[in-house]
Amino acid sequence: MSNLARPEVPRFTVDVYQNAYLPEGGREVNAIVTVSSTGGGAPAGTAPDAAVVIMVDCSGSMDYPPAKMRNARDATAAAVDALRDGVSFAVVAGTHQAREVYPGGGRLAVADATTRAQAKEALRKLSPGGGTAIGTWLRLADRLLSSSGRSIRHGILLTDGRNEHEEPQALRAALDSCAGRFSCDARGVGTDWEVKEVTGIASALLGTADIVADPAGLAADFTRMMEAAMGKEVADVALRLWTPMGAEVTFVKQVAPSMEELTSRRTEAGPRAGDYPTGAWGEESRDYHVCVRVPEAAVGQEMLAARASLVLPSPDGSAQVLAQGLIRAVWTDDLAASTTINPRVAHYTDQAELAQVIQQGLDLRKSGDMDGATAKLGRAVQLANSSGNEATARLLAKVVDVVDAATGTVRLKAKVTAEAEMTLETRSTKTVRVKK
Amino acid sequence: MSQLPQPAQLTVCPACREPLDPADNYCGGCGADLSAPPAEGTARARRPHPGDGGAPPEHRPGLPAQSAHQAPPGTGRRCAACRSGMIDNDGYCEHCGHAQPRERDHMEHETAGVAAVSDRGLRHHRNEDAYAVSSTALPDGGTAVAAVVCDGVSSASRPDEASAAASAGALAAIEEALGRGVPPREATHQAILLAAGQVSALAGPGHQPREHSRYQQENAPACTIVSAVITGELLTIGWVGDSRAYWVPDDRGTQPARLTEDDSWAAQMVAAGLLSEDEAYADERAHAITGWLGADAYEVEPHTAAYHPDRPGVVVVCTDGLWNYAETAEQMAAVVPADARTHPLESARRLVEYALACGGHDNVTVAVLPFPARAEGAATA
Repeated sequence: MSNLARPEVPRFTVDVYQNAYLPEGGREVNAIVTVSSTGGGAPAGTAPDAAVVIMVDCSGSMDYPPAKMRNARDATAAAVDALRDGVSFAVVAGTHQAREVYPGGGRLAVADATTRAQAKEALRKLSPGGGTAIGTWLRLADRLLSSSGRSIRHGILLTDGRNEHEEPQALRAALDSCAGRFSCDARGVGTDWEVKEVTGIASALLGTADIVADPAGLAADFTRMMEAAMGKEVADVALRLWTPMGAEVTFVKQVAPSMEELTSRRTEAGPRAGDYPTGAWGEESRDYHVCVRVPEAAVGQEMLAARASLVLPSPDGSAQVLAQGLIRAVWTDDLAASTTINPRVAHYTDQAELAQVIQQGLDLRKSGDMDGATAKLGRAVQLANSSGNEATARLLAKVVDVVDAATGTVRLKAKVTAEAEMTLETRSTKTVRVKK
Repeated sequence: MSQLPQPAQLTVCPACREPLDPADNYCGGCGADLSAPPAEGTARARRPHPGDGGAPPEHRPGLPAQSAHQAPPGTGRRCAACRSGMIDNDGYCEHCGHAQPRERDHMEHETAGVAAVSDRGLRHHRNEDAYAVSSTALPDGGTAVAAVVCDGVSSASRPDEASAAASAGALAAIEEALGRGVPPREATHQAILLAAGQVSALAGPGHQPREHSRYQQENAPACTIVSAVITGELLTIGWVGDSRAYWVPDDRGTQPARLTEDDSWAAQMVAAGLLSEDEAYADERAHAITGWLGADAYEVEPHTAAYHPDRPGVVVVCTDGLWNYAETAEQMAAVVPADARTHPLESARRLVEYALACGGHDNVTVAVLPFPARAEGAATA
């Protein structure tokens, strides 16, 4: 199913931000790799080579309050309306098992006025009842998407409750088998779902996770998600890192627009090179923090610590290089040069710590360690404030009373709504870029 | 008369710059095979190895002694550091990642009446020094020999571009002005101002120190400059910053002299009587320069001086990579070879090697101008 002539592949650029200078004996090289893609040239109105499966939770709990099921139906209808003509799609109802709602028969429909109307008609028949086994939904979506032959394969998953009707290992196994085969955005509606389950699905499948506490907000959110999916122009792009003999990649993570650990997702790609999945790209820009440990070299020496490239692997095993950047190491005895921290590296180091202390603070709070939680969330307030992450600062202010943001002095709020806590946890990995 | 006390040989490893003994066949530092002919235009060998039967550099007097052609990238050159990987299109080894020697790592040039050598040194990853030398026929039938040496300011961005632009720009301006009959001192003054403008232009329009200076401030490209021009009996020196010119007479019984006054913290302290010279140069701020060419310079004030040497000798124009190891005029005279006036290129090499042997902590650039200027060959230069 290779489609070699793809004029619509966007133009990628790679920019590397780092302080290349290392002191005598220094080995750790840090760099922020900014990848931007622009102007794929797919004219508006042409169909993306894409397939989308929408998975709607239809478990019994969706009946309470009754508006929830209705909102989910409306949201799915809105998402169907946002499908571009020519895109393959299907709707799956999820309970303790997965059921095809539209078009059925293990097929996907091709979006046009008729199929969109048929799909929305089929949504009327959605009714709550049964349990929740998300792994089965994902496996059905995978079967449908892989049968589509489309290069961009995306899922949208909505749940309102915990994955109670299968073992956690079953979901884990489903995610492992789906990873790299399609991307998936996950949404939790209401406040009875498990944050780590939803964020775990999005993380494993390179999608976004969010909370829609008020079901009335679902339609707008589904429309946005579908529009983002329709904007994707090239799938299965990998960040390839080549490192010299004796060097090792300490970590690789996406740091903007959100934190995503990629280190363990490496697949070898030739001598001293490895690929890290980045999923599908539309017109967008993302930042990656790469940390490489290089062999020591003498003062005055210069080494290529890593070559960072964006590659599009072909079915025949070769790969098309879309763009690349160089991460360098230069040993110097000039202390002023070697001790300087690149502002972007410093910024994202702070953002990574911010996400971590929020998670730790909320975990400590749940386990009853109020002093520990106060310290961690205080540090989070301080970091959010100093790095200009206003969205996260606002979410924190719903969980703690901020006495002094600059020093991170806070008091835990006596009463915190489940919505505030879950929103903070779900969105703790959202980052901001360096202030201009 | 012994001109070359040392036989032609590699003095440092072309790959890792480890100092070598004459008998070494392999580098003790990185194991590089020293008998293998270095890749054209890339190896740092400054002399052919005795074992490979190559012609000594003396076969090309009066010509640019430097092989300026960089092999085209990706042509299967082998890494000079690990000797096993091939060089990629960016100039790094595909195996060990080491950067490959660059053209500016070591440069040599000789033209009638002047020679210059520049080297990266042992502690810096690139050569931020630059030089330009020429010998021109004047309208009055005489000859003008000129050398310009510049030292890029490391704390600024793209110092290597600054020094290259300033040295080339100033030399061209001096030649042009002398050709119009402008007196050398005025020509030097104008040339330095013109070079200052060219370096400032590198910063781009509307340069200002970059924002997000929370961690680092990006300075505009900047460099020092020193020039020497010999026209008949007249020696004209011009400078901004702490690169220097020395007068070393053939008769070492007579007094050598330093011809420049640094624009530096140390020089200011000494001039103000606040510190002795020893105290001032022992301070870590000694080399902080107070004058330079670049968009960030407050106001460029070229210093110029004219001399009428009354005996034969050489003018040594150099960056602090050399004079750090021979600060006073007497120390400099002691390390300048006795036959410098008749063998300027060899002398410039010897001075660079002296700096490397002393530790090579900075880029080293030396130009040697015999006085009086040698007339022969000027027309063809």
